[in-house]
Amino acid sequence: MSVSAQTGAVSSTATSELVTAPATARVDLELIAELVAPYSRVLDVGCGDGALLSLLEMRRSIDGRGVELSQVGVNECVARGLSVIQGDADKDLVYYPDDSFDYVILSQTIQATHNPKTVLAELLRIGGRAIVSFPNFGHWSIRYWVGLRGRMPVTKNLSQAWYETPNIHFCTIRDFVALAEELGATVETAMAINATGQKMGMKMPWWFWNLFGQQAVFVLKR
Amino acid sequence: MTVDIARENLEIGAGSREVYEPSSPVAQFGPDEPLHLDAGVDLAPFQLAYNTYGTLNASKTNAILVCHALTGDHYAASQSPVTGKPGWWSSIIGPGKPIDTDRYFVICSNVLGGCLGSTGPASINPKTGEPYGLTLPVITIRDMVRAQAMLVEKLGIDTLFAVIGGSMGGMQVLQWTVSYPNKVFAALPIATGARHCAQNIAFHEVGRQAVMADPDWHGGRYFAHGKRPVKGLAVARMTAHVTYLSEMALHRKFGRNLQDRETLGFGFEADFQIESYLRHQGMTFVDRFDANSYLYMTRAMDYFDIAADYGGSLARAFRGSQTRFCLVSFSSDWLFPTEENRAVVHALNAAAASVSFVEIETDRGHDAFLLEEPHFFDAINGFVSSAARARGLSS
Repeated sequence: MSVSAQTGAVSSTATSELVTAPATARVDLELIAELVAPYSRVLDVGCGDGALLSLLEMRRSIDGRGVELSQVGVNECVARGLSVIQGDADKDLVYYPDDSFDYVILSQTIQATHNPKTVLAELLRIGGRAIVSFPNFGHWSIRYWVGLRGRMPVTKNLSQAWYETPNIHFCTIRDFVALAEELGATVETAMAINATGQKMGMKMPWWFWNLFGQQAVFVLKR
Repeated sequence: MTVDIARENLEIGAGSREVYEPSSPVAQFGPDEPLHLDAGVDLAPFQLAYNTYGTLNASKTNAILVCHALTGDHYAASQSPVTGKPGWWSSIIGPGKPIDTDRYFVICSNVLGGCLGSTGPASINPKTGEPYGLTLPVITIRDMVRAQAMLVEKLGIDTLFAVIGGSMGGMQVLQWTVSYPNKVFAALPIATGARHCAQNIAFHEVGRQAVMADPDWHGGRYFAHGKRPVKGLAVARMTAHVTYLSEMALHRKFGRNLQDRETLGFGFEADFQIESYLRHQGMTFVDRFDANSYLYMTRAMDYFDIAADYGGSLARAFRGSQTRFCLVSFSSDWLFPTEENRAVVHALNAAAASVSFVEIETDRGHDAFLLEEPHFFDAINGFVSSAARARGLSS
């Protein structure tokens, strides 16, 4: 199972989804691509089949590297010419030197790590900026599943049942902001995306994002 | 001094006439081109036997050096004159193959210390007129690479597009990137490590002791007696061969199946298929390999430890490297397990080098790098092709 395929969409189809249906689960890739400065050094942790790295190399001419847990994902990346190593976000980030990348990206992966706090701290150590995207567990549809139906959610974006999902550390947007504060990180940019894949208004209060944002993308600085 | 040992005896000793009359091209390095060995002495003259496949382009930017393993040779993609078998990597090197000879100029040389035409212990020492035997200085992986660098220079190539190899060949690849960082655009070390671990040294020592315990070894001077330590060398090969496989593969291929019999023989013949198989491996090996060369090759691997040359820090060895790396390991390889390969990857990460790393899922053990593994081939193809694009080589 690919670490980056946690939102239910199988990662090998992520590219085609991006092209044909930008409003689907991996709309965060497009948003992330906009956040990355051209010609920068980027490490994508949990890079799946390399869809985001390819996109960034094409659009932003980045010098990209990736870490991916699944052999299938790594093989696809290497076969498409990306510099990707088979590795584990929980174990292998320690080997990267401080400030070795301009951006370290964790896209739809943090909820599948064993130690999200350690992983986030490592991202901030390795990269000048950490870009993190994740499914918002505070979204109203999830609250509906848990609060009213009394069941763990099985939605279009989170399609696996509780006993088979690799997503073991869900958080809400507010939870994530609290963790960033605890680590002393500065939120440079924050975005919430609604169910139709649209960016939500910047002026909206946190509670609104937390209730209606299906996914969130954060740019953090140390 | 003249050669007073009959050529016949020499050939008996060395396993084949290739040492003395190589079928392949040979690069000669005269007394004015000595090789500075790690042992602290110069070797001159010396020679390297090699093969090439494909065509060198006008700008000389498409050369790939393929490094062979412990008992390999430079017949990577062409028929071996000794065994008559196809090249050991003929499934990987050739027109339209992962290492595409329609696009790249592939060089493979017999390593220094080998026995297929490059200077090794079976070669005649011009000072004495008889084979070096154990008077040849111990050869290291770095010495092999130095010699290859001299060959590459002789071929008029400044920078290699890629250096590729598995096992001991992978060690040479790593050494290339460290010794000549600006002459290697892309490096593909496979099923290897940056050092030889204690367990691997232990298996090599068992093999060497088997050779040296054979009375026909004669202190390494078997050539003077018209003998060769075939029994010792066969045992060495049998032991080593087990380390190239995996328990799963042995179980799958042989299990406890009996060889040409219905019941146990209650004796010490080869009752089991695995015994018969190993004996066959041992016997065919001695027909093609020089025993002293086996001692030198295993020693070279044992001495290999890149980090030791850099104050114990492997990352320091790779610091500033502009080479694009791709490492490949095999899940059931217990000779160079994934962790050994991963240690190199971590050092490259720490050196902020460009590195890919693929672990191929297979039960075929260390030998998988010589076998048809589709995911492995895809990885080679993907990495080499993308490096070619980055190098500006036309497809």
